Amino acid sequence: MNRKWSAAALAGALTLAGCSSDLPAAQAPGGTSESAKAKSEFFDQTEFERQLRFRTAKAVGLDSQDGAAKPWEQALEPQLVDTAKYAKPAGGGYHLCFSNASVDNPWRQVGFKTMKEEVKLHPEITKFTVLDAEAKDDKQISDIQSLASQGCSVLIVSPNTTATLTPAVEAACATGVPVIVFDRGVKTSCPVTFIHPIGGFAFGADGAEFLKDKVKPGGKVLALRILPGVDVLEQRWAAADQIFSGSQVKVVGVEFTNGDAAKTKSIVNEYIQREGKIDGVWMDAGATAVAAVEAFQDAGAAIPPFVGEDQQDFLRMWADEKMTAVAPTYPTYQWRTPIIAALRVLGGKQVPREWVLPQPKVTQDTLKDFIKQDMPPLHYAMCGCEGMPGYPASWK
Amino acid sequence: MRARLRLADGTGPVLVVLLILLVALAFAGPAYAEPAGYLALLKRAAPLVVLAVGQYFVIVSGGFDLSVGSLVTAEVVVAARLVDGDDANTGWVIALLLGCGVLVGLVNGLITTKLLVPSFIVTLGMLLVLDGAVFLWSGGAPRGALSPSFRVLGRGSADLPVLGQVPWSVIVLLVVVVAAVWFMRSGTGRLLLAVGDNENVVRLAGGRVDRLRLLAFVLSALLASVAAILLAGFAGVSAQVGEGLEFRAITAVVLGGALLGGGRGSVVAAAAGALSLEALFSLLNLLGVSGALESAVQGVIIIAAVAYAAHGAGLRQMLRRPVPDTA
Repeated sequence: MNRKWSAAALAGALTLAGCSSDLPAAQAPGGTSESAKAKSEFFDQTEFERQLRFRTAKAVGLDSQDGAAKPWEQALEPQLVDTAKYAKPAGGGYHLCFSNASVDNPWRQVGFKTMKEEVKLHPEITKFTVLDAEAKDDKQISDIQSLASQGCSVLIVSPNTTATLTPAVEAACATGVPVIVFDRGVKTSCPVTFIHPIGGFAFGADGAEFLKDKVKPGGKVLALRILPGVDVLEQRWAAADQIFSGSQVKVVGVEFTNGDAAKTKSIVNEYIQREGKIDGVWMDAGATAVAAVEAFQDAGAAIPPFVGEDQQDFLRMWADEKMTAVAPTYPTYQWRTPIIAALRVLGGKQVPREWVLPQPKVTQDTLKDFIKQDMPPLHYAMCGCEGMPGYPASWK
Repeated sequence: MRARLRLADGTGPVLVVLLILLVALAFAGPAYAEPAGYLALLKRAAPLVVLAVGQYFVIVSGGFDLSVGSLVTAEVVVAARLVDGDDANTGWVIALLLGCGVLVGLVNGLITTKLLVPSFIVTLGMLLVLDGAVFLWSGGAPRGALSPSFRVLGRGSADLPVLGQVPWSVIVLLVVVVAAVWFMRSGTGRLLLAVGDNENVVRLAGGRVDRLRLLAFVLSALLASVAAILLAGFAGVSAQVGEGLEFRAITAVVLGGALLGGGRGSVVAAAAGALSLEALFSLLNLLGVSGALESAVQGVIIIAAVAYAAHGAGLRQMLRRPVPDTA
């Protein structure tokens, strides 16, 4: 009797443990390009073409066209809007409020540190209130409500999810405080400006075009993704899928790694055994790129052309192993821009309605400029933070 | 006690399953035509086998340890931060990790035995506590880096005479399995099994039930620490490394024929169960089955194996004449 109850209880507990492990809920059967002919629901031809065009468009400074502006102060094809109604008397005493989705990954940590340093550059900001939603929509909704009653001069929001946070942002706009949204968007036009780099399609295309170029026709490409259903990541894959399907390379597998290095390494190891040879690796994010490279090393195979990201560990591996690689970036310098935008709004200066930041990639030619031996392995190189007073100690 | 090699009750089926899977692998993938393919499989499977052996001790003594997955994550994240890429720190950090493992095991065991809280509640609580603590301490993103010497156990190979290059993790795996078999054949090991079967009898016969249970939890957490060192060495730092591992370890033990609730099961079968699980996932991948099916397969295995354990006794007796119980 006792034993049966224990078994029943265990079944319940296991269900819990299973649910919390965040496995992909569903996937196209087979998971290979043959069965994934149907275009992803996340693919949008117009936006895809717009982002690809942005990659070569010239970013401009907002006040002058002379190129003195840094990348995080530039915008692509800006449509400026007037902010005179939000202007505060000059002289400072500004209270900036920030509702952050989370700091639960190295990208957000580097970004948030960069943002805090940007705040320190401006003495007119006397108070900077931050609430961390810990990746929970409900917490962020109540965070935004709570900030609405704290007398913020500007409210900056980095939404956890797009649809769920929209009403909360609308409610905040309704209180009359200027709202600035960055990183992920919301489905309303009430914020003064929405700041983001070019986007997922451009990111995915940067890597896929590189492999299309470097992998010989008929070569086998393995695509590694973190998890399905996140729009930023889905867009990256949708763009890569689009480019691969119009090329001669053969995508032999599309696998989800959950961002886990051990799982990534096992998957790559299995594909090397299964296919005999892998000629290229595409990744939707670089966090586990080093583990994937190690799988080739440990199997005694040559490292094929790789798509990573701008984390230091990957950049160092790239240089040390003389790899053929590219690192598309989702620049962490975009965390500086909301502060700059907030001060422009409070100063009554125009800002772009949609502030699209340039999104550079690290290539063989620029690699050595981004390797910083003294920075932590998970530091993102495209932080635009090297010239800030707190560098490098604040990022360690 | 007979000296000749004798398989414990329930070891047979899982060994057959394992053999079928290994043969199937040889047909499915060219890499398994030579020993190197199997060695790579053993290397990948080593952390899970070590975890499964630890889980086995707890399960046969009548408990569950759900905390091992988050313990692995916690130790990997802590190790990266403390080692910070410096070889000089490797030694003491490894010792500290093993020490932390023992401590977590002691807490699990003491709360279970002294406060009489059911073990799956204690260890589920420990899972949440460790998850939360890691999140709080690291902010969700691991910092620091592991040193090359720390990673040797999980990644490197030893150059042995005759055998050639053998991964260190495979050697660790063999040592753990042999030690576990030796332990289960000792008096203490047999008492542990008896506690899971009927603790009152053991108590009335003068056995120290609480101490035995405590020992099982400590061994489980200690082996989880070993698995953490292997996993960190294998793939480096990751805050997701331990996700779902407790589930995999329990699946492996159940697949090895151990009875949930304790009292029956062999440690060799539990290790073979872990190896079978890893071989099965490799096979599914070779056949091009989506990785998302892994969790579904685990679910089916655990339900089928528990059902078999609950109703299989009658089935087995129909198949052969009853044998005297030697446990």
